[in-house]
Amino acid sequence: MANVSMTVNGKAVTGDVEPRTLLVQFLRENLRLTGTHVGCDTSQCGACIVHIDGIAAKACTTLALQVEGASITTIEGLAEPGGKLHPMQEAFREHHGLQCGYCTPGMIMSALDIVRRNGNNLDEHTIRDQLDGNICRCTGYHNIVKAIEAGAKAMAK
Amino acid sequence: MSATGIGAPVRRKEDFRFITGQGQYTDDVTRPGETRAVFVRSPHAHANIKSIDVSAAKTMPGVIDVLTGAQLATDKIGNLICGWMIHSKDGSPMKMAAHPALAATKVNCVGDAVAVVIAETVAQGKDAAEKVKVDYEVLPAVVDPAKAQAKDAPQIHPDIANNTIYQWHLGEKKDVDAAFAAAKHVTKLDIVNNRLVPNAMEPRAALADYDAGTDNLTLWNTSQNPHVARLVISAFIGMAPEHKLRVIAPDVGGGFGSKIFIYPEEVVCLWASRKVKRPVKWTSDRSEAFLTDAHGRDHVTHAELALDANGKILALRAKTIANLGAYMSTFSSSVPTYLYATLLSGQYNIPSIYCEVDAVYTNTAPVDAYRGAGRPEATFVVERLVEVAARQMGIDPADLRRRNFITAFPHQTPVIMAYDGGDYNASLKKAMEMADVKGFAKRKRDAARNGKLRGLGYSTYIEACGIAPSQAVGSLGAGVGLWESAEVRVNPTGSVEVLTGSHAHGQGHETTFAQLVSERLGIPIENVSIVHGDTDKVQFGMGTYGSRSGAVGMSAIVKALDKIEIKAKKVAAFMLEAAEGDIEFKDGKFTVAGTDKSAAFGDVALNAYIAHKFTGAELEPGLKETSFYDPTNFTFPAGCHICELDVDIETGKVDIVNWTAVDDFGTIINPMIVEGQVHGGIAQGVGQALMEGAYYDANGQLVTGSMMDYTMPRAHDLPSFHVGLTETKSPSNPLGMKGCGEAGAIASPAAVINAITDAIGTENIAMPATASAVWTALQKLQAPKAA
Repeated sequence: MANVSMTVNGKAVTGDVEPRTLLVQFLRENLRLTGTHVGCDTSQCGACIVHIDGIAAKACTTLALQVEGASITTIEGLAEPGGKLHPMQEAFREHHGLQCGYCTPGMIMSALDIVRRNGNNLDEHTIRDQLDGNICRCTGYHNIVKAIEAGAKAMAK
Repeated sequence: MSATGIGAPVRRKEDFRFITGQGQYTDDVTRPGETRAVFVRSPHAHANIKSIDVSAAKTMPGVIDVLTGAQLATDKIGNLICGWMIHSKDGSPMKMAAHPALAATKVNCVGDAVAVVIAETVAQGKDAAEKVKVDYEVLPAVVDPAKAQAKDAPQIHPDIANNTIYQWHLGEKKDVDAAFAAAKHVTKLDIVNNRLVPNAMEPRAALADYDAGTDNLTLWNTSQNPHVARLVISAFIGMAPEHKLRVIAPDVGGGFGSKIFIYPEEVVCLWASRKVKRPVKWTSDRSEAFLTDAHGRDHVTHAELALDANGKILALRAKTIANLGAYMSTFSSSVPTYLYATLLSGQYNIPSIYCEVDAVYTNTAPVDAYRGAGRPEATFVVERLVEVAARQMGIDPADLRRRNFITAFPHQTPVIMAYDGGDYNASLKKAMEMADVKGFAKRKRDAARNGKLRGLGYSTYIEACGIAPSQAVGSLGAGVGLWESAEVRVNPTGSVEVLTGSHAHGQGHETTFAQLVSERLGIPIENVSIVHGDTDKVQFGMGTYGSRSGAVGMSAIVKALDKIEIKAKKVAAFMLEAAEGDIEFKDGKFTVAGTDKSAAFGDVALNAYIAHKFTGAELEPGLKETSFYDPTNFTFPAGCHICELDVDIETGKVDIVNWTAVDDFGTIINPMIVEGQVHGGIAQGVGQALMEGAYYDANGQLVTGSMMDYTMPRAHDLPSFHVGLTETKSPSNPLGMKGCGEAGAIASPAAVINAITDAIGTENIAMPATASAVWTALQKLQAPKAA
């Protein structure tokens, strides 16, 4: 067992983990932050995407020990403490960008990274291209694309 | 229409928990003292088990126990079953092989579980599973359904000759043969409906908790129909009496059919929990999901269409071999029979149809219902035949369809179904306008200047949904009735809980069902809660599949609301000191007809419970009603999808440039949700047509066993869709609903393939039409020119 410390959603956390423990396991099992999901085992689906020091990463392909000292944001850390939703969360609801909800946390975390890299005025082609690392089986992506476009615009306000 | 009533695009009530990471899927649920199950699975497709040695595994760190199929048999845990009896044409019953939850003597597909490790953590369980020694005697395997019945094919199950489960047929062969003999034109096609892996994004999971103090078992699982799971696990597998088993299907991350079925892992977790006296959880890896989730489709078909000189269809015949895999999954037998051949009339007036289906075992994962289940296979046969016939006869494909559309209802097809209504010309016309078919020729010329071959493909599909009248399905072999239940509980404060036997796993029932109640009772949608997915809360239900939750599940709610209104009027009559017959109910208010005397719904609810205005002899207190609704017919959603695409001449890559869908779903409760269902269905159908395909090698190894090998549609593979609606009400249920969940997946594969064949000028191309396949086809087509 090894000790690991990091900041998760603004809170300092620490835990004892096996060296092979993945970040997603640490978040889900040690911290009980179950909003981050595991949808595959080959780093393809993106259901596990979190932000590590502000940059999107797949928590299923990251060891917990690799992010010692880092600042992690998960889907649970997006809304304001008072409960006000992040504009991107709001956009997913407004545009019906989710059905079963399983890929949604990863989609939203990925969407924020697309905005970080490409700005707030996103066209459909850019969004579809940049969503390559996220798989959704329910929506056919149509409304996810609309949600991200609208969410990105709302974030600029 | 109110802002939250029927027809309003209400934003979903369930979304808040999902967008904030607070959904509760099975793997998110934990129980104190929880252990983890890790399965030891066969690496061979077909082998005898000579011995299993678990001694080394048992000494590994964190291991609580290692259990095998021999122990399962000793404990008399029953086999998994298929619940739909199909009889062969000679009258003999289908041949269902034994399917133990853990194989004890023989494995029949890669991934067959032979033992389970119960450990403190998943990692420890995986370490120990590596130490289980299984001595296999490897046998030759057969994976191709077209070869499964060959004399030299390895026999998979003892006493089941030629690996043949049934040889079934439907229709009048004599009439069909006569029609073909007299036909002016016959179109013949060989079709493989490619095998698919459903891949709901949430992998299957099970958490079993045995309470020794009460002898109660609780199972959390990823189920589309928890009550059916409880019934089967209790009555057939014999795990526990029904009243001692509780099944909870909490938030479920997509199903598409694959979570209808009862699987070995949930049986083993229940059994193991009782043995180790601790909760046992199993969560599938995606790799395990590829190997063990029931797959879909996998038909090999020869089909023929007979037409007269004017393009009038005279008859259709088809011979299909359906691969059901190594074992018969829960409803597998019904998919290539009554969910398939009964839809071979499509939207067309076809006087005679004959279909033969052989279902076979192979050394592959079980195959069962996947979004559309039989109906996509039927639609593909019909819509490909019609398209090819049109081109062979030099008739415009839309025109040939029009010449054969059914226009008078009810219409009895020669294959059981009685279509109750629809307007197929209307959906075709609207789709052609939306897709600007008139401008296609110019767009094709423009595309050619950019090195692209543009094509346009139609699919005028029909499906049978709202599954289904219990008597009808019973007469066809179903082991269950397919009604639905609803219980409406009005609280003393006037808020309402609806307990439904339908189960949502992405469909948004918490919103749409609440819209219905809000409109009917005139109360705010916030005051309505929808409860589902727990056998301790909902008394019984048949679950969600076959686009049945609206047409059947909501109809049950309507019937229960009818009873609520009747009872509430009695209460209001006492309150308002009027005759019951004079009470009118509208917009949440009970009024004495012709007066200004009224009582609000909430006041009536309160009075029903305080019971101050009437005696127990006059009226029972309380306001709660139940309905079990059995539909009178299937529903028949239908419509027209038009796919316009470009084929890159250099690479064979297909780009869909425009997708138009015009569907007739009858009454729409929430257009936003309906459109979302259409989008998702199209994506799955396009996936089947262009990229998805599960392949086993000759040894029975799944070659496409991960998302790196099996191509899932991604955002950049798809366009935005143009979705339109036409509406004819279903006369078969009180709301006039038809169902929308499967239409996209049913309609779209044929539209894509019709468009590709149109673009490149070939008669047929197999699914998935990958860039490589299309490029190869292009080379063959161009070869004669070069020579």
